[in-house]
Amino acid sequence: MAGSHHISRREFITLTTAAVGTFIGAVVGLPAIAYLIAPALKASTTDAWIPLGKLATYEVGKPTLVTFTRSKVNGWEKTVNSYGVFVVRKSDTDVVVFSNKCTHLGCHVNWNADKQEYICPCHDGQFGIDGNVLGGPPPRPLDRYSGDKVEIKDGTLLIHFMEG
Amino acid sequence: MIMWKKLFAWLDERLGLNDLYKATLDRPEPKGNWWNTLGSASLFLFLLQGATGIFLSVYYTPSPDHAYDSIQYIMNDVAFGWLIRGIHHWGATLMVLVVFIHMIRVFVTASYKYPRELTWLIGVGLLICTLGMGFTGYLLPWDQKAYWATTVATSIAGSVPWVGPFILKVLRGGTDLSALTLSRFFAAHIWMLPAALAGLIGIHLYLIIKHGESAFPGKDD
Repeated sequence: MAGSHHISRREFITLTTAAVGTFIGAVVGLPAIAYLIAPALKASTTDAWIPLGKLATYEVGKPTLVTFTRSKVNGWEKTVNSYGVFVVRKSDTDVVVFSNKCTHLGCHVNWNADKQEYICPCHDGQFGIDGNVLGGPPPRPLDRYSGDKVEIKDGTLLIHFMEG
Repeated sequence: MIMWKKLFAWLDERLGLNDLYKATLDRPEPKGNWWNTLGSASLFLFLLQGATGIFLSVYYTPSPDHAYDSIQYIMNDVAFGWLIRGIHHWGATLMVLVVFIHMIRVFVTASYKYPRELTWLIGVGLLICTLGMGFTGYLLPWDQKAYWATTVATSIAGSVPWVGPFILKVLRGGTDLSALTLSRFFAAHIWMLPAALAGLIGIHLYLIIKHGESAFPGKDD
């Protein structure tokens, strides 16, 4: 049959089998790839405005710890994570909010009123009232909410919280 | 093209691909008949069930707390999850059907006779394993239908004289249908039965290649 335009019965069967096989493989195989990588394609960051109560209730110049929880659904499981922030009211209208998560390894820092600094209980990282590193291993200042990440609506303080 | 031929020749010399092809796929066949393709169809469905089952196990969780929710997640939130599970669901029904028709064909054409008695016996094992796959897989969605179907079916097994209560406890992993039932059905469904099936299929195929396919009985038979 070489050089002929006709294909033999055997060649036809081989070709058809290969074509049908490839088609079935693609119909199952391509969706399978999408199926496997689906969770990686989901948006992983969520954001929300978290109300932290009336600004007037916070004492000026004294960092106050506020905790809140956020729930997150991963697949079929819901987890509730708790977060803490220090609200530092500088004046009647000026406020800055710091995350209480140490920038070293993520332990929760505490405000020490005697020393006037945030101290991390894990590796003795120290931060000033403005969030800057005073000593210890932390590589950068405490994460802060200020500018457009903070809003005061009808006297209520809100922070723009990002997750993930 | 030349390069591929060279590569193939290199591999063939070391792996014996042509001999393998001739022995397994290029065998002499009796006159073609569509009824003779049901074994291959069963094998294809087994492989399809294996592939889709492996994919389902990526998300499925065999625990009473999460089994149902994880399947809801597969159906609603995973890309093409409905397709993978749909193929597995309908493939299961189709496989039982095809295996049964395959058995009936072998029976009607008397292909189980000498020298193929063992092929038939292995086939019986394959049928039982296939039904076992259907039985264990039915519980895994852990919905009302699955729960009560398994309650009834294990109770039937429990009605055997003398040893019934023991069989029931072995099947359920205790007296009640529980987390233990779900996890042991899962283990049977994805490890024990597939391993048994794969092994028996290997012997079944070897015997078919060894004896060749039986010719369709003619008028004189």
